[in-house]
Amino acid sequence: MEEKNNPLSPHLQIYRWQISSLLSITHRIVGVINIIAITIICFWSLSLLLGAENYLIINNFFQSFFGKFVAVGLCWTFSFHILNELRHLVWDLGYGFDLKISKITGVLALVGSFVLTVLFYLIGKNIF
Amino acid sequence: MVKFNLPQSSKIEVGKFYKDKTNSKNLKKVNVYRWDPSTKQNPRVDTFEVDMDNCGPKVLDILFKIKNELDPSLTFRRSCAHGVCGSCAMNIDGVNTLACIKSHSDINGDLNVYPLPHLKVVKDLIGDLTTLYKQYESIKPWLQTEQTGKEKEEIRQSQKDREKLDGYYECILCACCSTSCPSYWWNGDKYLGPAVLLQAYRWINDSRDGDKKERLKKVADELKLYRCHTIMNCTNSCPKGLNPAKAIGSIKKMLATS
Repeated sequence: MEEKNNPLSPHLQIYRWQISSLLSITHRIVGVINIIAITIICFWSLSLLLGAENYLIINNFFQSFFGKFVAVGLCWTFSFHILNELRHLVWDLGYGFDLKISKITGVLALVGSFVLTVLFYLIGKNIF
Repeated sequence: MVKFNLPQSSKIEVGKFYKDKTNSKNLKKVNVYRWDPSTKQNPRVDTFEVDMDNCGPKVLDILFKIKNELDPSLTFRRSCAHGVCGSCAMNIDGVNTLACIKSHSDINGDLNVYPLPHLKVVKDLIGDLTTLYKQYESIKPWLQTEQTGKEKEEIRQSQKDREKLDGYYECILCACCSTSCPSYWWNGDKYLGPAVLLQAYRWINDSRDGDKKERLKKVADELKLYRCHTIMNCTNSCPKGLNPAKAIGSIKKMLATS
């Protein structure tokens, strides 16, 4: 194009969200959160080496309401990432690209992640 | 680089309002993206009140009605009006599709019409697809044979091999899929995008083609191919009901297993 000041047509601003695109971006965000969470959990375990008191600091954090919210939140991020990653693995095998099937598996992954979260919570509470 | 916001000169302003003069009771508000290269103003969205009692069933009919009766300067591409040529691809009600096969009765409320996303706008609803056409050329969309030209027989294709091209040869290159792909928005200069990759797969998969290995090698690139993250906006938008995501998945699988 000769004219350099031609505008860029709107994209994110106008494009309607699809289930597939919404799950895709969630998968990415959740992936980043998980990496950070795993790193923190590693350091938390490492702090055992420095004695029980250091371990207690984060332990106390998880006793608070906000801490519990974070813990349950992480249960969900891990559940969702695992289930949605399964979809990706099946796609890599060459299956599940059909529009209807991909929508169903997407909804299943989302619903399943909440079910798993509740399960994790109940197991954590020693319900079973 | 990923830029979520539009540049300052692309910010959309509120445009003119064309009030209905026919006193019709069946009105639809149609918001259309406008940009005139002869002025130095920002793009704007004009609102037209269209009398739906005297209008054809497709979105393209509305655009024609606006052009004929309300504002003749409205600019858009169209040709066949039957979903075969792919000229009238645009963003309608938030999803890319062909204006000539999209019924406006499917859309509740106001109708929003924008050009295909993340393209340089030439005028109004026309986006610049030069990059896409160059990328299409780069995959050599023609038969590469091992024949010398002295053979006296044509290259035959069995019915079974021909069937392998079903779902791929129907592509009309309207660019709905490529311009719906967020990955193509952010990396459109390097990533080939769903439309071109579907075409690449169509040639890789052709039993008559003698250049399969070379084609696969050429497309096997971190940026050209693997920027596809199976977001599936492409398959969701394809007006011909094809599945570019599956084509790309098939290329990835071929590369992983060959």
